[in-house]
Amino acid sequence: MGKNLLTVKDLTVNVEEKEILHGVNLTIGKGETHVLLGPNGTGKSTLGNTLLGNPKYNVTRGEIWFQGKNITEEPVNERAKMGLFLSFQNPLEVPGVTLSSFIRSAVELKTGKRMRLFEFRKELEKAMEVLQMDPSYADRDLNVGFSGGEKKKAEILQLLMLEPSLTILDETDSGLDVDAVRTVSAGIEAYRRKCGGSLLIITHSTKILESLMVDQTHIMVEGEIVKTGDASLVEEINRDGFGKYEKSLA
Amino acid sequence: MREKSYVEDIDRSIYDFKDDEKDAYKVKAGLTPEIVQKISDEKKDPAWMQLFRLHSLQIYNQTPIPDWGPSIEGLNMDDIVTYVRPNTKMKAKWSDVPDDIKNTFERLGIPQAERKSLAGVGAQYDSELVYHNVRAEVAAQGVVYTDMESALHGEYADMVRKHFMKLVKPTDHKFAALHGAVWSGGSFVYVPKGVSVEIPLQSYFRLNAPGAGQFEHTLIIVDEDADLHFIEGCSAPKYNVANLHAGCVELFVGKNARLRYSTIENWSKNMYNLNTKRAQVEEGGKIEWVSGSFGSHVSYLYPMSVLKGRGAKMEFTGITFAGKGQNLDTGVKVVHSAPDTSSYINTKSISKDGGISTFRSSVSATKAAKNTKSAVSCQSLMLDDISRSDTIPAMDIRTKDANIGHEAQIGSISDEAVFYLMSRGMTEEDARACIVSGFADDVSKELPLEYAVEMNNLIRLEMKGSIG
Repeated sequence: MGKNLLTVKDLTVNVEEKEILHGVNLTIGKGETHVLLGPNGTGKSTLGNTLLGNPKYNVTRGEIWFQGKNITEEPVNERAKMGLFLSFQNPLEVPGVTLSSFIRSAVELKTGKRMRLFEFRKELEKAMEVLQMDPSYADRDLNVGFSGGEKKKAEILQLLMLEPSLTILDETDSGLDVDAVRTVSAGIEAYRRKCGGSLLIITHSTKILESLMVDQTHIMVEGEIVKTGDASLVEEINRDGFGKYEKSLA
Repeated sequence: MREKSYVEDIDRSIYDFKDDEKDAYKVKAGLTPEIVQKISDEKKDPAWMQLFRLHSLQIYNQTPIPDWGPSIEGLNMDDIVTYVRPNTKMKAKWSDVPDDIKNTFERLGIPQAERKSLAGVGAQYDSELVYHNVRAEVAAQGVVYTDMESALHGEYADMVRKHFMKLVKPTDHKFAALHGAVWSGGSFVYVPKGVSVEIPLQSYFRLNAPGAGQFEHTLIIVDEDADLHFIEGCSAPKYNVANLHAGCVELFVGKNARLRYSTIENWSKNMYNLNTKRAQVEEGGKIEWVSGSFGSHVSYLYPMSVLKGRGAKMEFTGITFAGKGQNLDTGVKVVHSAPDTSSYINTKSISKDGGISTFRSSVSATKAAKNTKSAVSCQSLMLDDISRSDTIPAMDIRTKDANIGHEAQIGSISDEAVFYLMSRGMTEEDARACIVSGFADDVSKELPLEYAVEMNNLIRLEMKGSIG
């Protein structure tokens, strides 16, 4: 699969017997930033979930290659350890585990090495500063009672600490106010600087893209990628909306 | 999360090891006046106690087996050995306890816990206490912590006689009567007026003999303005014959006093656990129950609190985990019989592999209980679709001036939550265990640290191999 980090070939996905994705092809290279745009309910989140291996999404045809390996059948945790990361649209609340111990154990699972508490806390505090998170959140139970914005920040915090080679941001900007979007963007930039990881940004608005260099833009309509272009495609959508692509499909 | 490294090491064998039977004395199986007489002689009971036992036996013979709960057909009293005296006298020095018994408790972590964080420890092996010790500074405060047998004869004999089975009467139910007839071992605690015991006292009950019963009696009196935390732990190795635990706990909480009573019960899965616990709370006093039920084949366990004085309070935090072959019927009873009393009940139950967990709550308030508050919350988690979880609330409120609430929730582990945790590198098994531990978290927060760790280990142990 050459230098490509991720190659998706003819990916067809069912959810409860209904076909949602109809043969998606996508290639993402090392260090690239891709944007996936499209109207609500066209299968963008399905793609993100399928890449991570959510068992609710059933691959009926096609393959997913990551880091030169066919991971179509890999369990979720193995994909995570290989460096695939999904930032959830609605991160779940997990009582009994603090944000800090959760991240530490995730880092240790990924690297296979124990991390000294002191070093870990120092690095965690630095990352929380980037995200303007109150340090007390580190010792609170994972996402429990967090506001929508704090949950999204906690996702980006995990991203900064785990340094995955490919990050899928699933509607990370939805429901956030302007300031929060700016903070989250700063976190994403910090991630790019820190480890040069690739990005697949799923969104139906374009606010979050303002401060990022976009390499490729994909338009998804009704479970298919109908157009791939460069960053200028984002501007076009901003101006004209998806109408043109929806019609072309019909 | 972080404790993962040692979680892997735990296996059921820490409870399942069995010692050879080297009992000094053991009565025949079954129950007759002669056997009760023998137990009484063997224990050198005062005369009133001997009569009490024989009278209880009569009540036992006249009382029917309860017909409203899990089946106890597998329990045949003619097969149960009611009294097994270990081959040692009670010791106050750990080094004097015989090696095999000592090793048992060492493996269960009992003396280590004492050295670290306990004010006093009692360890019961089959029918008798084999070890008892209280820290000198606690004894100097006037705190009495001794085995029931010594208490019956010593300085506190009258106090024991005044309270013994007055709260739980032999007429209450068949197994209370049985307890009255054959009880042996257990602890007596007296905390004098105004004394706060800063660190907990602990009793550990271990049943080693197959086909035997354990019938320890715990009597705790916390006098006015005093404060105590008492912990009990129980375990037994697994045998193929039925074992029976019919202990009795009576707690007297004085005016403005506080007692916290914590239990982690992990009997083996051939055990019938028919235990009776009751507290009586005077004006301004408070009883706090923390209860973890993990073991036994069948349990009937409903700690009851009688809020007798104005402003008396009760808090109950409990968890029940019913796995394969287990039918755990647990619950809470509270009687508000004075004004301004309050009760707060928060329980969780988990069932898996066909396990049955039933939670019963009974809240009653008399006419006198004006301005009473009670809140019951019960959450159940079912880990598969062959397990069962029931909630049976009962309320009997005789005053209009009361604020009573009840809520129940039954759920299963969300696939999305498992996916979320796995997407950060956790295996499916760990993700599930993590969610179950999280569900139990507000209970484990109430437990002393080493018990919270034990509970989490038990959960992880139960969750191992739970993915089909």
